[in-house]
Amino acid sequence: MTNDITAAIETALRRVSDAASLDEIDAVSGETLGKKGVLGGLKASLANIDDIEERKAVGRSLNEGFASVSAAIDERRQELIAVERASQVAGERLDLTEAMDTASRGHLHLVTQAWQELEDVFVGLGFTVAEGPEVETDWHNFEALNMSEGHPARGEFDTLFIGHDEHEDAGDSGLLLRTHTSPVQIRTMLTSEPPIYIVAPGRVFRRDTPDATHMPVFHQIEGLVVDRDISMADLAGTIEAFTQAFFGEGFTSRLRPSYFPFTEPSAEFDIRRPDGSWLELGGCGMVHPEVLRAGGVDPEEWSGFAFGFGIDRMAVMRHGITDIRDMYVNDIRFIEQF
Amino acid sequence: MKVLLSWLNEFGPFADPTDNDAVEAVAADLTALGLAVEETIAIGSPVEGVVSARVLRVEQHPDAAKVRRVWVDAGDGDERHVWCGASNMSAGDVVPLATLGTTMPNGMTIERRGILGIDSEGMLCSAVELGVGEDHSGILLLDSDAQLGVSYAQVLGIEVDVVFDLDLTRNRPDCWSIEGVARDLAAWRSQSLSEVGEGSAVSGETRTVPVSIADPACGRFTATVISGVRVGPSPEWMARRLEALGMRAINNVVDVSNYVMLELGQPNHAYDLSTIGGGFSVRMARDGETLTTLDDVERSCTVDDLLICDGNDVPVGLGGVMGGADSEISDSTTEVVLEIAWFAPLGIMKTASRHGLRSEASARYERGVDPTLADRAVQRFAELLSLTCPDLVAHAGGADERSSGMPELVRSAGVRISEVNRILGTDLVAADLPGLLDPIGFTVTANGDDVAVALPSWRPDSTSEIDVIEEIARHHGYGRLGRSVPKPTGHGHLAQAQIRRRLLRDVLVGLGISEAMPNPIVAPDTMARAGIEGDTLRILNPLVADESALRLSLRPGLLTSLAHNEHHRRTGVSLFEIGKVYPPSGDGLPDEHEVLCVVLAGQDAHAAVTVWRQISQALGVGAMIDQSTVPGGMHGTRSAVLRAGRDVIGAIGEIAPDVLESFEVSERVAVIEVRIDGMLSGKGGSRAYRPISRMPSSDLDLAFVLSDDVPADRLERALRQGASSLLVDLNLFDTYRGPGVPEENRSLAWRLRLQAGDRNLTEADIADVKAACEAAAKKLGAELRS
Repeated sequence: MTNDITAAIETALRRVSDAASLDEIDAVSGETLGKKGVLGGLKASLANIDDIEERKAVGRSLNEGFASVSAAIDERRQELIAVERASQVAGERLDLTEAMDTASRGHLHLVTQAWQELEDVFVGLGFTVAEGPEVETDWHNFEALNMSEGHPARGEFDTLFIGHDEHEDAGDSGLLLRTHTSPVQIRTMLTSEPPIYIVAPGRVFRRDTPDATHMPVFHQIEGLVVDRDISMADLAGTIEAFTQAFFGEGFTSRLRPSYFPFTEPSAEFDIRRPDGSWLELGGCGMVHPEVLRAGGVDPEEWSGFAFGFGIDRMAVMRHGITDIRDMYVNDIRFIEQF
Repeated sequence: MKVLLSWLNEFGPFADPTDNDAVEAVAADLTALGLAVEETIAIGSPVEGVVSARVLRVEQHPDAAKVRRVWVDAGDGDERHVWCGASNMSAGDVVPLATLGTTMPNGMTIERRGILGIDSEGMLCSAVELGVGEDHSGILLLDSDAQLGVSYAQVLGIEVDVVFDLDLTRNRPDCWSIEGVARDLAAWRSQSLSEVGEGSAVSGETRTVPVSIADPACGRFTATVISGVRVGPSPEWMARRLEALGMRAINNVVDVSNYVMLELGQPNHAYDLSTIGGGFSVRMARDGETLTTLDDVERSCTVDDLLICDGNDVPVGLGGVMGGADSEISDSTTEVVLEIAWFAPLGIMKTASRHGLRSEASARYERGVDPTLADRAVQRFAELLSLTCPDLVAHAGGADERSSGMPELVRSAGVRISEVNRILGTDLVAADLPGLLDPIGFTVTANGDDVAVALPSWRPDSTSEIDVIEEIARHHGYGRLGRSVPKPTGHGHLAQAQIRRRLLRDVLVGLGISEAMPNPIVAPDTMARAGIEGDTLRILNPLVADESALRLSLRPGLLTSLAHNEHHRRTGVSLFEIGKVYPPSGDGLPDEHEVLCVVLAGQDAHAAVTVWRQISQALGVGAMIDQSTVPGGMHGTRSAVLRAGRDVIGAIGEIAPDVLESFEVSERVAVIEVRIDGMLSGKGGSRAYRPISRMPSSDLDLAFVLSDDVPADRLERALRQGASSLLVDLNLFDTYRGPGVPEENRSLAWRLRLQAGDRNLTEADIADVKAACEAAAKKLGAELRS
C-alpha cells in the first residue's frame, strides 16, 4: 500500500506540473484530492489495515502526500493565473498616440474672459458688479451726466438713436443705444444709498464705421465710488491698485488732466509698461457735483470718483490681436485659439 | 490743434528747437497740463548732404530720350555728371544736389550707379523730394546768386523748428491760440509771459462804420477802418509760420488776419472797404437766402444761420464761419474794414455743421472766443500789417456794437480751501492759491479760507468752484496728488445672478460649446427671415441700412456665424451666446432681457434636449418641453416650447429647413433659445444633503408600447408616480419601432433603480412597483411588453 501511495503522489505531482490551464489544475485537484480521487480512495482503504501501527504510519504518509500535492496545486494555480493575466494584458495593447479627437472643449469669448477677469480684480478691491440696460433714455445717458440738450460734448459720442417700428420718424422717443456704461452710475445712485463701490461692465454702442481698432458695438467697464471724503488721491490709488492687480508687477499708472462733462477734475489714466512705454487706457475723474445731484446724492455730504475703459482693448492687447473685428466674426478657427 | 515752438518762444522762451531734450521736456509739460501732445514734429531739419550747385551745361543722350545729362559745380571746382529726369533747369541755374551717400527723406540712398553704363554722381532734387514745398514738376531752382556747396536749407533761410500737435479737450478754447498755450506753459514753469498787442490800437483821422446787431447770437461786433494798405506778399518768416501750421500764405492782408487768429485765437475778417456799402448789419438769414463763400461755394441759408450783411443788406459773410467771395481782398485794395466779433458758440456749431463747413474761425467760435480780445487783435493786426504797409493807419471811430448776447465779463467763483482739499486729498492752504491761479488769469481776490476767484474771460467753461478746483489740481500737478486706496465697508462680491451666469457659461463650455458674440443690430428683414415675428426697435440714424433693427432673438446671429464657419469648411460647430434682446414695450424702454441661445450644427433635436437637461440640472431650474406648440422659425415636428408654469420661456428643437436655407446653412441645426433672467435670479446657494442608502438596490426593466401621439415624458411622469418612493433613478435606455410593435407606436424601455432607505427590498416590493407602473402606463394607453 505504501508503494501505491508513493506512486499515486508521484503521478499527482507530475500531473500538477504538467497542467497548462486553470481548468486542468481544477481537474487534477478533483481527481487527486477529492472524495472520489486517487488519494481519497486510498484514504478510504486505510480502514482495511488491521495493524494499528501500520495504519498510523500509512495514514501519516498519506496525509503528507495530501499536503504536498495540495501545496503543489496552489503553487501551480498561482503560476497559471499570472500567465493568464499576462496574456490578457499582452492581448489588450493600445497605442495611446493613436487616440482620435472625439471631444472638444468649448471656449469663452475673449471679451468674456477679459470681462470676468476685470470683475474679479475689482471684487478683490471690494467692489460689487452693477448692470444696466443697453437701450437707454436720453436722460440717463446724457442729461443726468451733465450733458444737457445742446451740450457740445454730446456730438462726440456718435449716438445711435432709437425709434419704434410703427412710427418711422420717432425721433422724439428719447431712447438711444447707450454710448457708454456711465448711465449705470446714475441708476445705481438712484437705487442705492452711499457708500457705493461698483463696477459696471457692459455693451455700448457708437455710430462708428468698423475698422481694425473700432467696432460700433463694443464693451466698457465703468467704476463708481461714492463715500465720505473720497478724494482724487483715492482715485489715483485705486487706479494704481487696479493696474498692479490686472497687469502685474512692473506696471504703474499716471493721471493727466483731461475733460469729461460728468467728472471734474477729469483725467486720462495711462499705464506705464515695464519697458517704459505708455499706454492710454481710459478716462476718470471726481464725480461732478451736478451728476451726484442727478443721482440724488448731496455733493456737500458725499464725494466720489468714476473711471471707465474698454474691455475689448484689454483682450486685443493681451493676445496681440491685430484686427478687433476678428473677435466678432465668430470663426471657430479664431475662437478655438483661446 | 498745432502750435509752433518758435512762436511759443516769443511768449517764453521755452526751448531751443534744436535741443531735443528741451523739446521733449516742453512736450511732457504740455501733456502734464492736459494739452496732450499727440505728435512732436521736427520741421526744417535739412537733408544732410544736399548742397547748392550750379548747372554748367545740359545735354541730351541719343539713347535716353526721357532723361538729361547735367554737369554741375558744387563749389569745389569739380565738374560732376548727374542724370536728371526733369528739364526745367539750364546752364547758370543753382539747384540742390544730393551728393553720393545722401539718404533722402523717403529713405532712398543716392548711389553712383547710373544708366547706359554712365555713372551719376548725385541727384538733383525737387521741392517735394526735400520736403520744402509741394512742387514736384521740376528741380527746385535756388537763388542764382547763392553761395555754392552749402546746404540748400541755408540758401532758403529755413530754420529748424518744432510743431506740437495737441489733442485739446473741449474745456480749453483758450488753447486754440499760441498765446493760450504759452500762458499755461509759462505758469507751469513759473516763467513770465511776454505780451503782444498791447498799446493803443488806433490813431489818425476818425472814420466811422455804422453797425447794427439784430440778433443776440452776435454778442459783439467791432469794425475798424484801416487805410494805407498795399496788398503784396508777406514777410518770409510769417509765410513760413503759417505754412508750418497748415495754412497757405496768400497775401499780406489775409496772412496777417490768419496770423492774428492763430496767435491770439481771435478770428477776424478784413473786407475791402469799397465793397461793403458803408456799413454792416448782423441778422439771421431769411430761409433760402444765398451767399457765395470764399471757397466759391454757393450756400443756401436757413433762418438759423447768422449773416453779416453790408450797408445795403447784402450778405457778405456767414457769421463766424466764412466770409463772402464778393468782398474779398484784391490786389487793388487800399482800404479795408476789419471785423472782429463775438458769436454765441452753439449757433456757430450748428451753422458749421449744417453747411458741412468747419473753418478755422468756426472751430474757435464754436468752442468760445474771449469776448474781450477785439482791441488787442486790432492792435496786433495793424502792427503786423504795417511791416509790409509803412503808411498804414488804423482809424479811430470804428464801431464796437454789443447786444444782449454779449457774455458777462466780470465773473467770479467762491472757493473754499476745505473743499479743495476734500476733493483733491491735498493739504493746501489759502495762501497757496494765488501762486497757482494768478498766472493763468484766475485772480484770487480775497483773503481767508474762503476766497473769491475772478474768472478769466478766455475760460468761458469755468463758472463754479469745482472748475477752479480743477485748475488748482492742474497747476499743482496731477502727478503730485497722493495715492490712497479707499476702504469699502462692505465686501466685494458678485451677485447671485452673476455667479449663476458664470456657472451657465461653465456648463456650456464643458459640453464643448463655444461662445460667440454676433452683432445685436440686424437688418430690418433678419428677424422675419428667421421666422421670428414681432415689431423691432429701429435705429433712426443707422450707419448702414443692414444694421438698423434691434434683434428679438439670438438665433439669426448664431445661424449667420454657423454659415460663416460652414463656408470655411468647418461643419459640426457648436456655439452659444448669452445676450440681450430688445422687444418694444409701449413708448418707454423696451422689454430688454437676457437670453441664452445654443446652436449645435449637424445635430438633432435630442442633442438640444441633452444640453438643456445639463443646464437645468446645473442651475436647478426646470421647464416643460411642450411639443404641442411649434415656435416660429423652428422645425414643425422636431421642436417645442419650453414652459415654466404657464409662461413660455423659450424654444428647443431644430431650426426649420426653410430658415436654414435662407441663412445658407446646409446641416441640420439643433437649438435652444431660452430667457435666462428668471433662471439666473432663481435660488442658487447650497442644496440640502440627501443620505445615500446603504441598502442594496434592484433594477427593474420595463418596456411599454406607446402611441406616437403621446410624448415619452408623460409616460416617464406616470412611471415616477407609479414607482413611488422606492424609485431612485429612472432612465429611458431604448426606443424601438419595427416588427413586433404596431404602426405609429414605439416601444420605450425604461430602467428603474429601486431602493428602500431602511431595509432590503423584497420580491413583493418589486412586483408592486411593476404592477403600479403598468397600471399608470395603461391610463396613457401604454401596454407593458412581456
